[in-house]
Amino acid sequence: MTGMNEILLALQNASVQYGGVRALENVTTQIDEGEIVALMGPNGAGKSTALKALFGIVPMTEGRVLWHGKKIIPVPYEMSARGITFVPQGRQVFKSLTVYENLELGGYSLPNRRDLKNNIESVLQFFPGLKPKLGVKAGVLSGGQQQMLTIGRGLVADPKVLLLDEPSLGLSPKIVQEVFEKVREINLSRKIAVVIVEHSVKSVLSIAHRAYLMSHGKVIASRNAGEFEGSGELEQAFLASGTMRR
Amino acid sequence: MEYLIHIAVLVCLYGILGLSLNLVVGETGLISVAHAGFYGIGAYVTALLLVGLGMNFFLAMALGIIASGLVALLISGVISRLRGVYFLFGTIGLNIIAWSIFLNWQSVTRGPLGIPSIPRPGIWGLDLYQNLQFLFLAAASLAIVYFISVFIKKSSFGRVLNSIREDEEATQIFGYATSYYKLAIFTIGAMLAALAGALFATYITYIDPSSFTINESIFIFSTIVLGGLGSSRGAVLGPLLLVFLFEGFRFAGFPSEIAAQMRMLAYGFALVLLMLYRPKGIWGTFRI
Repeated sequence: MTGMNEILLALQNASVQYGGVRALENVTTQIDEGEIVALMGPNGAGKSTALKALFGIVPMTEGRVLWHGKKIIPVPYEMSARGITFVPQGRQVFKSLTVYENLELGGYSLPNRRDLKNNIESVLQFFPGLKPKLGVKAGVLSGGQQQMLTIGRGLVADPKVLLLDEPSLGLSPKIVQEVFEKVREINLSRKIAVVIVEHSVKSVLSIAHRAYLMSHGKVIASRNAGEFEGSGELEQAFLASGTMRR
Repeated sequence: MEYLIHIAVLVCLYGILGLSLNLVVGETGLISVAHAGFYGIGAYVTALLLVGLGMNFFLAMALGIIASGLVALLISGVISRLRGVYFLFGTIGLNIIAWSIFLNWQSVTRGPLGIPSIPRPGIWGLDLYQNLQFLFLAAASLAIVYFISVFIKKSSFGRVLNSIREDEEATQIFGYATSYYKLAIFTIGAMLAALAGALFATYITYIDPSSFTINESIFIFSTIVLGGLGSSRGAVLGPLLLVFLFEGFRFAGFPSEIAAQMRMLAYGFALVLLMLYRPKGIWGTFRI
């Protein structure tokens, strides 16, 4: 996919520090139009930090973010208007609001109510499981449904790029597979570029076009998704930290 | 009968205070104990304009509300960046500053002597000198504030406030500049509190700084915790119950030297029980 399409979003030479700890060191990644990119690596590798730096949730000590090739200063509440949405880790639904209200909140950047209604309608076609639950408080949904809701909420704004922070966290393998199927479907039918931060390597490589492998705050490999298998890099990165999950 | 009317007026005033504070605390999750400060600004500005300039009541009240809103807007520009307990401390400071100004700016507020003989409002040639007539004004105001608060709660603005209450960072992620929302609701809350202040000043016809202490803010806060945070009904029921509890103590038969202390004791005890057994209050949807 690389080179065929325009570069949408890029992180260049980014470094992030938490207190005195270096969480990200000179990391460069890019997302092209319409592709699925995975950020993989063991716990503490800096995957989520890289995603948050892209979105402006954590400040960078060095580096820059490019959007359509131009430098931008990422501020979380300005990103959705650009067409970038972030789906946070841990299925952060607004528990006391209904499913429908959660979806409505995702549509802040839309110009009018009609677009909001239409977009929610089309999101519900993707996630028919949410339809009978629209009036229900989001807090009572199951883990899988909450994950579908957070992704659906991210889609309401009709973004160009969707940033997913560990969507598989705390879900059973079967549900993870369903979630990833949905992500692939979204990518194919709506031409939305997706960045997935993921711990569970096998399932994410099955849907990603390209992947970055991270370890200790650095990118240690970057290839097309099919080329990781058998390269030994995955095993090395994960075994070094003792947290391989397949 | 006069006494019952008096209690009813108090319930209306505290109902307005409860509803307005509930927008800030219950709907948005901002723990504020500065409400008596804004209540006081409304009362003082209205009283000074009525006594000093003989201004029309509604005009004076409107200016009191605007003054309180401006103060809230200026200050929340600073404190709306704070979160949780830091915000709380900011509001404690705010109430103390407001109270100190009422107390010490003697050339304007007459300090501890207070402002006496504030005229009761007249509407359409009808003098509201009678308490019953004043009750209609207070009840109508309560009804208006109730509808405003229900309207805000149901609007998309209210939904964003609720989501800030749950998770401010996640709300920002969806494109909402949350500090503006916090600033807006804090200002609206302060303006509605000032409305209660204007009514209070003209009802009692005398004000002094002791009505606007941090204790008063805590009292208002406890009324809505009792009624239930995040519930408009609760924000009226809570004040009603606590006003009745306070007033009811007059008839408990304690000798007058200790009646006031016993009342505070019962109030404190009621708060502890409430926190132990019903932390969400009566109709609460949200717990701090």
